[in-house]
Amino acid sequence: MWTTSVKVSPPSEDKRWKLVEATMRRLGHEPSALIETLHTTQESFGYLDDVSLRYVSAALRVPLSKVYGVATFYHFFNLKPQGNHNCVVCMGTACYIKGAANILGEIEKTYQVKAGGTTEDNELSVLTARCLGSCGLAPAAVIDGEVAGKLSPEQTVERLEKVIHP
Amino acid sequence: MIAEELSKTAAAEREAQAQFEHRINVCVAASCLSSNSDKIKSALETEVKKKGLEKSCQVRGVGCMRLCSRGPLVSTETQGEDETQPASVLYQNVTPEDAPALVESLKGEPVKALECPTDTPFFKSQVTIVLENSGKIDPERIEEYIAVEGYATLLKALTTMTPAEVIAEISRSGLRGRGGAGYSTGLKWTTVAKANGGSRKYVICNADEGDPGAFMDRSVLESDPHRILEGMALAAYAVGASHGYIYVRAEYPLAIKRLRAAIRQAERNGLLGTNISGTTFSFTVELRLGAGAFVCGEETALIASIEGKRGQPRPRPPYPAESGVWGCPTLINNVETFANIVPIIREGGDWFAGIGTAKSKGTKVFALTGQIHNTGLIEVPMGTPLREIVYEIGGGIPGGKAFKAVQTGGPSGGCIPAQHLDSPVDYESLIQLGSFMGSGGMIIMDETSCMVDVATYFMEFCMSESCGKCVPCRVGTAHMYDLLQKITRGEATMADLDLLLEVCDVVKNTSLCGLGMGAPQPIFSTLRYFRDEYLAHIEAKQCPAGVCKIHEGNEEVIA
Amino acid sequence: MSPTVRVKTLTIDGQAVGAREDQTIMQVARENNIFVPALCAIEGLTPVGACRLCIVEVKGVNKLLPACATRIEEGMEVTTNSERVANYRRTILEMLFSEGNHICSVCVSNGHCELQTLAKKLGMTHVRVPYRSTMRRVDASHERFIADPNRCILCTRCVRVCDEIEGAHTWDVMGRGINSRIITDLSQPWGDSDSCTSCGKCVNVCPTGALFEKGKAVSEMSKRQEFLPYLTLMREGKK
Repeated sequence: MWTTSVKVSPPSEDKRWKLVEATMRRLGHEPSALIETLHTTQESFGYLDDVSLRYVSAALRVPLSKVYGVATFYHFFNLKPQGNHNCVVCMGTACYIKGAANILGEIEKTYQVKAGGTTEDNELSVLTARCLGSCGLAPAAVIDGEVAGKLSPEQTVERLEKVIHP
Repeated sequence: MIAEELSKTAAAEREAQAQFEHRINVCVAASCLSSNSDKIKSALETEVKKKGLEKSCQVRGVGCMRLCSRGPLVSTETQGEDETQPASVLYQNVTPEDAPALVESLKGEPVKALECPTDTPFFKSQVTIVLENSGKIDPERIEEYIAVEGYATLLKALTTMTPAEVIAEISRSGLRGRGGAGYSTGLKWTTVAKANGGSRKYVICNADEGDPGAFMDRSVLESDPHRILEGMALAAYAVGASHGYIYVRAEYPLAIKRLRAAIRQAERNGLLGTNISGTTFSFTVELRLGAGAFVCGEETALIASIEGKRGQPRPRPPYPAESGVWGCPTLINNVETFANIVPIIREGGDWFAGIGTAKSKGTKVFALTGQIHNTGLIEVPMGTPLREIVYEIGGGIPGGKAFKAVQTGGPSGGCIPAQHLDSPVDYESLIQLGSFMGSGGMIIMDETSCMVDVATYFMEFCMSESCGKCVPCRVGTAHMYDLLQKITRGEATMADLDLLLEVCDVVKNTSLCGLGMGAPQPIFSTLRYFRDEYLAHIEAKQCPAGVCKIHEGNEEVIA
Repeated sequence: MSPTVRVKTLTIDGQAVGAREDQTIMQVARENNIFVPALCAIEGLTPVGACRLCIVEVKGVNKLLPACATRIEEGMEVTTNSERVANYRRTILEMLFSEGNHICSVCVSNGHCELQTLAKKLGMTHVRVPYRSTMRRVDASHERFIADPNRCILCTRCVRVCDEIEGAHTWDVMGRGINSRIITDLSQPWGDSDSCTSCGKCVNVCPTGALFEKGKAVSEMSKRQEFLPYLTLMREGKK
């Protein structure tokens, strides 16, 4: 039995593919590099679309269905583009007993969007986290990458407004 | 780096530090960082420069100082007559605007308005082994770790101890795994050491801390990353492994950044890599990022994930000690377990065994959160009574509310009510109470929490974290969640409660892995201690805590 | 199996049996005509221990072990049919029936379905847990086969046969927990799959009517599984 490694070219000229290629090279293009490669792809492009999944599948020689199975098993991976801003509401135990559900409820009501979704105008994606590990600040949320703690539902919406309509 | 060079580096670093008359330490662990402690640090640096004190006053970032609820925390140290004990002041709720006052205070009196007393039970009742360097050293500089004798234990073991002697010391210490069930660390190491793996064995650090309400491991990784690397290297030497993985949650970007930096620094200094310290021992460490799947805390699922697959557990036996990653013998311990290794080898197993209880040795780090005054990280000897943790260290319940329960052990754990507050915290006692040590989350609930709602919360967690491989966990958790929701909506009958218990029994006893087996635990424990709350929802259609929204729709229609 | 394989003795349901040390409890039980129910395990594919119907009691072990994935050990005392285990198996079957839409009277596999046969054999007469009444889209895009995910019990036999025997790895599982689903390639219609060789092995190992041939009416879909052990041996280079 013999195999050859034929170099699979990235789907486009986009420079960000260089980062993805670097991760695969670092891990020897082994099939086991799948999760690390998906991480880099999502970091570079914001989400994983069919084009990138097909490329990673071919470059690592992992079957398509397996790539898709992995990408949908892990909740960290997004298969859809995210909104311009995002808000991650922590639903860890400490946040939950301090009213995280009310915060999420207020956001969902104000922006007419369900957790895991993006508003129609593509301005805001609302996500939940299992635990941010910022339990000392409970209830907490991450708005565009910044952790905000000891929140009330009203304060959260206020802060979101500042980000969305500055 | 050989031992001699190591002590030279340590001496040089200590000397450099002694040049400064004052030091200002700013907590740069995640919790304080999210309250802008980085801005405080730069404000302090600007202020020090403005006053021309760069030569006498050092501003540096340090790891977690534990009392997260008062963050951002800053401490100042001033060299006194006695060089080993600098005068130290801790400040709480600091803002960047406080920088001038803090710098000014170095020459005179502390800033009273910001001072955080440290002679309180929160600090005095703690015994720091795992967290001994946390809040004291800059986690991003290997020199500071070396200055507090870092890596000296590894080099000592490599040159003066056999692998069997290292394992014997760990066995003597009585250390048990800090990630959950509390399996003897010495036994685990012995099994892997004996395993016939051909040429390759692996050491894995499980840093996929997934219990909601737990952040001990993250804090250790952010505050003292080299401690974990040194502990893993000692383990690798003991069991005969040459390669290691740290499986860390992608949700912990700061921990990942510091671990990456720490690995680079250790490699550059020859403390990781080939022929460490001129011996035949070689050990490399790679990071692997989790991707938001709680089940990957289960060791066989974690291994699948490292191999790039869906994180689904497989039946054990064979255990990873025989057949783990890539089918090779694999040692898996969690972060806190590895953090205990260096002090045990340094001070001896007997020293460690002198702390704690008969069956649970040493200390345990808990993340104390919820409805309690002092939230943050605590490290206490095993066997400390819950009451001391809640009322003395934790400072009691705010707002004059009544204590209701303390939840330990995450989604496989349970809620312990007031009548058992005098129980000691150790592996066996918690299991007797229907809970579980778990990784160390400790969430305090007061009278405003509804225990049926809490059970529903955990069941939602288990349902959406179930990997879906085995039938009882995949389908059973969904049924348990639906039945609990029916109860919280006031629509359930006593027959539903019986059915719920039957499903719990099947899921507990037939699931493939610990996630499924433990999933019914929150129901069992809340039913055991708070059955009246379940009955109130079912029979009186009322939620005593006023949390559940029970619509009396039917009656309105009739009216 | 190497010629140096050792023989071990154990008891299953009180019956003393001898077996090669590399065998599983299920293999030994079947060789001795002792029935152990199973839906995910099938001779010729790697066991996964997922359906939990083959759980057995082993003296001295405090948890129930899947017979399909547990190697035998010297002196093991196995009980395959205690009342406790029988009750658990019935509830697990109820869970499977509640998860999908298993309406035997309108199913192509009626009378040939392994799920149906086991329910009868194990005495599962009714389903006490609420039906989840899922609605999943049937995929009839393949020219010869149909996939009805409403009848899928996620045993992953199709995934394994496609990967281990055919080598195409067209099938896999997406999502997780109660939202898990079998997919072809990038969750695209089966007929559009580039990797599928249309060999039909997945259809034949499927224990229910989730995968079936086009043109079959109610009760007409019987499956042929005899090919599998032979192909497995071929793959291992043993014949």
